[in-house]
Amino acid sequence: MEKNEEDVLELGGRKFHSRFILGSGKYSLKLIEAAVKDAGAELVTVAVRRANTKEHENILDYVPEGVTLLPNTSGARTADEAVRIAHLARELGCGDFVKIEIMRDTKYLLPDNEATIRATETLAKEGFVVLPYMYPDLNVARDLVDAGAAAVMPLAAPIGSNKGLVTREFIQILIDEIDLPIIVDAGIGSPAQACEAMQMGAAAVMANTALATAGNLPLMASAFREAISAGRKAYRAGLGRVLSRGASASDPLTGFLRD
Amino acid sequence: MSEQKNHFFIDSQKLSPKALEKKHRLEQDPSCRKDPMEYFPDMEQIHSDVREKVIAQMKAYDPSRYTSIDVQRALAHPRCSIEDFKALLSDAAAPFLEEMAQRARRETSRHFGNTVYLFTPLYIANYCVYCGFNCYNDIERLQLTPEQVAHEMKVIADSGMEEILILTGESKARSDVHYIGEACKLARKYFKNVGLEVYPMNTEDYRYLHACGADYVTVFQETYDLKKYETLHLLGHKRVWPYRFEAQERALMGGMRGVGFSALLGLSDYHKDALATALHVYYLQRKYPQAEFSLSCPRLRPIINNEKINPQDVSEKVLCRILCAYRIFLPYVGITVSSRENARFRNGIAKICATKISAGVSTGIGDHEEKYTGHETGKTGDEQFEISDTRSIRSMYGDMESEGLQPVLNDYLYV
Repeated sequence: MEKNEEDVLELGGRKFHSRFILGSGKYSLKLIEAAVKDAGAELVTVAVRRANTKEHENILDYVPEGVTLLPNTSGARTADEAVRIAHLARELGCGDFVKIEIMRDTKYLLPDNEATIRATETLAKEGFVVLPYMYPDLNVARDLVDAGAAAVMPLAAPIGSNKGLVTREFIQILIDEIDLPIIVDAGIGSPAQACEAMQMGAAAVMANTALATAGNLPLMASAFREAISAGRKAYRAGLGRVLSRGASASDPLTGFLRD
Repeated sequence: MSEQKNHFFIDSQKLSPKALEKKHRLEQDPSCRKDPMEYFPDMEQIHSDVREKVIAQMKAYDPSRYTSIDVQRALAHPRCSIEDFKALLSDAAAPFLEEMAQRARRETSRHFGNTVYLFTPLYIANYCVYCGFNCYNDIERLQLTPEQVAHEMKVIADSGMEEILILTGESKARSDVHYIGEACKLARKYFKNVGLEVYPMNTEDYRYLHACGADYVTVFQETYDLKKYETLHLLGHKRVWPYRFEAQERALMGGMRGVGFSALLGLSDYHKDALATALHVYYLQRKYPQAEFSLSCPRLRPIINNEKINPQDVSEKVLCRILCAYRIFLPYVGITVSSRENARFRNGIAKICATKISAGVSTGIGDHEEKYTGHETGKTGDEQFEISDTRSIRSMYGDMESEGLQPVLNDYLYV
């Protein structure tokens, strides 16, 4: 089972063996290549606004060949702005994948779910593979499915907070109820938390700040890779029971039943 | 009625005895000056409670009331309240500077990673009523023609810079909104990100300049101490203190993406000015949560022909403490450190809390080619103030990298 060909993540008709989506912001450009390699990442997010630069030091030049770019629309405050940024991403040669990020709040950077549904609908109709970043709300997730999203990306905690699975119960509901891949995005601060998200049944985990703020970025990238892989295996294996207290009762309560 | 001699004023030898007499009366007799709270007829008045809230907090703030216990408590809180911020600004926080810096660094890293944005200011005119460009100061005045603006921008853009901050003096008569708008349109051709640091204007003017390509507006309040302010700005539009205070809000109403703020630390009690500056951001953020906010932190530096102004009262350690307190209280805002500070200070502060620094700076008018390439190009205007960090964009880029930071030339889209 070490290399199981069947366990792939399918997004927009493309197959990925890695379930670790790596962010490229908040750290040195020169570390991107090592991070991608040590993370084993096949999908890398890039802020379109960072790629909106002249020839000098474009972040796109630092993303190694062979990985799929996932341009994000950070900086968009409305559905309309997100759509325009997605168009620009396509013009910049970033491909057809797009991660929708729409924020009307620069303090917490929480996503605007309603605008996200509208942008998803528009861009999916235009043929984009749309991965919307959202606050985990089941009704919104269902609307995103109807709008044509390729996956749903609920936040675990506020972006950059490294606080882990703060919205755990709600993400679990999305995993249980939504047929699309649920990719846990934002707030994952450690490999242990990433592993836990995968054990819950998340299809993939996206991380950036946890790596960017680590002492040794490539080493942390590799730790995340292993944790995500371990969590995935545990999920597929089926987690064993957890005893709440003491040993299992040798004298069962239902022992009196006869037929 | 006379008041003590105000050392911010200087006499030009070119004034007639009558003009000089009028100037001195204005400087020394408050009764002949206009009420600084009174708007001019052409000034828009908006309905906002932000000013009231900021001033009430500032008036009630007594920094001497805080002790080291308050500072320790503030540092222990995961979220910094207004009360905590007041403690961090107080002198009781001085012994905790390293702890504050460590906390500030964590907050900066969480929100911005190791990135530091580079930009350059471009002064296109230096007609003013105050500062080194004070109308009574006998300096070389110059306003660039559109062709000269384009030339300066090209020289700067060729150096690799992608973000520009356009500055004029405070004179609306000399640099009207249309003139600034034309400069913005030119800037859009050469740069990805266009900011303005010009005199306050009405919402519709900001809307026009936004349509011309500008998206950020910075206005320095200089001091939130009205009594002090009125002794510095004796006449003209700049004298109207509330109109200046509300400039950022009008800019946001006019569609700008972000706004910048600052007190000129050292003009009045810096504890109160720093508190008011941060609260100005805090309350506006609650009202305009989609907007981007940034803080600058100038302190007084020597001005040509006036050596009495110096930054004695805001030392580097005090400035660092104020910036750390800003970062802990407002972890999401940008902090800009200008070339008024030296290279050592800027390298160090970029690792703690600054997110934006200028490079390739000239505060003169029309002299970028000379400074960037060594070619003399004829008449240039005198510089606004002495700069302490003359690094070019290239050397700044390299220095930031060697400090372990990632210089970023653009992280912005005009949508």
